[in-house]
Amino acid sequence: MERTDEHTKELHLGMADEVSRFTEAWRIFRKNRPALWGMIIFIIFFIVAVVGLVLTYGNDPVLDPAKVRLSEKLLQPFSPVNTEMIRLEDKPFLNMYLLGTDDLGRDIFARMMQGAWVSLTVGFVAVGISVLIGIVLGGLAGYYGAVRITLMDVLGLIAVSVSLIFLASGQGDLSVRAFLIAGVCMIFSFAYYVFVRGRRNHKMLGFLFVDTFTVDTLIMRFVDVMLCFPSFFLILTIVAVLPASIYNIMIVIGMTSWMGTARFVRAEFLSLREQDFVSAARVMGISDASIIFRHMIPNAVAPVLVSATIGIAGAILTEAALSFLGFGVPPPHATWGNILSNGQRFLYDAPWLIYIPGLSILVVVLSFNLFGEGLRDALNPKLRKR
Amino acid sequence: MFSFTIRSFFQKLATLFFISIVSFLVVYLAPGEPSQIDPLNPKFTAEDLARFRAEFNLDKPLHVQYYLFYKNLFTGELKSWKDNQPVLGKVKERFMNSLWLFIIGTLITWCLSFPVGISAAIKRGSFFDRSTTFVAYVLISIPSFFFAYILIDFVVKTFSISVIGMQTFGMQSASPVYQVMDRIWHMVIPSILGALGGIALLSRYVRAQMLEVIHQDYIRTAKAKGLSEDMVNYKHGFRNALLPFVTMFGLILPGLIGGSVIIESIFAWPGMGRMGFEAILARDYPIILTINFIAAVLVLIGTFISDLLYMVVDPRIRL
Repeated sequence: MERTDEHTKELHLGMADEVSRFTEAWRIFRKNRPALWGMIIFIIFFIVAVVGLVLTYGNDPVLDPAKVRLSEKLLQPFSPVNTEMIRLEDKPFLNMYLLGTDDLGRDIFARMMQGAWVSLTVGFVAVGISVLIGIVLGGLAGYYGAVRITLMDVLGLIAVSVSLIFLASGQGDLSVRAFLIAGVCMIFSFAYYVFVRGRRNHKMLGFLFVDTFTVDTLIMRFVDVMLCFPSFFLILTIVAVLPASIYNIMIVIGMTSWMGTARFVRAEFLSLREQDFVSAARVMGISDASIIFRHMIPNAVAPVLVSATIGIAGAILTEAALSFLGFGVPPPHATWGNILSNGQRFLYDAPWLIYIPGLSILVVVLSFNLFGEGLRDALNPKLRKR
Repeated sequence: MFSFTIRSFFQKLATLFFISIVSFLVVYLAPGEPSQIDPLNPKFTAEDLARFRAEFNLDKPLHVQYYLFYKNLFTGELKSWKDNQPVLGKVKERFMNSLWLFIIGTLITWCLSFPVGISAAIKRGSFFDRSTTFVAYVLISIPSFFFAYILIDFVVKTFSISVIGMQTFGMQSASPVYQVMDRIWHMVIPSILGALGGIALLSRYVRAQMLEVIHQDYIRTAKAKGLSEDMVNYKHGFRNALLPFVTMFGLILPGLIGGSVIIESIFAWPGMGRMGFEAILARDYPIILTINFIAAVLVLIGTFISDLLYMVVDPRIRL
């Protein structure tokens, strides 16, 4: 034991101290003033959102965002409560409307606190979904991209999707028929691989097992198709036809914004695949799953992290825009977007109804963007020189 | 080049086919259909419902509906479910309105972002560079609907000019000069709003590209030869930094529809985005699908043109 310790000491003699990746990244990140501010605001926003959820949750919350006080309409920020008109238990926090009231006399401070949590969860969950889809599809395209799909597999795939489509449209009989075709395809394909492929002259029915295109082509063409849609219009269409719920918004934003991540992960995987440590792992007989999850994903995580941070900013903006147009979280619940949307009628009478939520969205989204850019510089040594 | 053009054309056609399927499914598989939009209306009897469904092919199997929809779209017989007007006529009218905003917005974008990006790159690290970088981030982060209200507030209070709609009410009787000025005032603010994101993105691209070029050997050579600063920057540097212009060309066309929903709704501008929003509210599937289809076609045309332009401006690229 002692000898090895001495040995390592000798080895490190005259060399610079070992610096972990994180410390190195933090050292660079710290110098980037805007990015540091972005991170600080991000942390504050996180705390505010959690505190807001706690204070506005339940039947009798400390801050009641839905309490209507018709005698206290459109009051300016910091205006004190009118004790003659308001019952004791209806009084706002600190006996003052910190951020004013709206046209129904609801406390904007309470509503902003409630809305912070909506913005935070929509941002994180939507980006979580999109990152998950992006990593899976991008990883498949990058790692198994060269695998070719046979004609039989294509037929089976088409049959399965047609069956699902008919099922969703409520045409059961057609769905069952398509599903049967898919089943036949699968059984046939399976039988072919087991009984025929190994044989010497497996020319029999070979035309059905002609290689068509690669997994990479399939996935990346799908990415191209998704990129052609006008994303906000598509999200709006889907959200408008689905029942109003915050979960639908998260899922829809997540499912329409994974293409960038998929491309990053694919590119990263393509270059990692060729590196020596991956070849070494493969030679050692380590399973594909282990190579992907233990060796490749940790090395591909930096660009994903950066695009996720910037993606959160985009998701918050999209949610606010949907709320503004009147879709999304159902009415009594406050979001920053619908506070602004309600306030637009009072642009001249009560400008704080627009400026408070608008500036909040701006500051939070800006902090995420700056934080993300700072991360990119800190995590990517290639960009640092410039 | 010729073989690339043909290959690319057929690839894009295949992509378009899949887009037509996906967008059709997204809209038609959504829960609820237009015939159920008012189920409690006593005047809407079962026979009416059946007639409505038959009229718009809603009683047929899905693949038949798909075929009929796109057949009608290409033969120009497609009718809006809301008011029975031909879709193509409606789209054409709205498209022209959006086109104006788009052209002005694009001009503003290009006229501003190139000078800003280039000088930020040349004076790298200066106050100008840092402040434009920050402003670019602010422009990317600001919700367009919030910024719209700030601008409306500012313009209406400062100049006492109405900016909502396409023209001021009662302007038809004014002289042509006033009418033109009025129209320009109404167009400027929505176009600026539409251009903001583009300005921020393009100026960042230009700056990054310019920085890349400035560190090349041939720039050093040009400087060593004793050429003037402007000559080096614009003739040797800028020409080689023109690539983002080409990339942007592909990205900017689809903005004609996607980015304009909110701005056109706020400014009551009768363009494509607003028509799409109204169609979504009324579940007018033919209009929604047509807009999606046109948007996809615009994206494909944009990428196609930018691929071709890449080959023209950069002979190193062989596709």
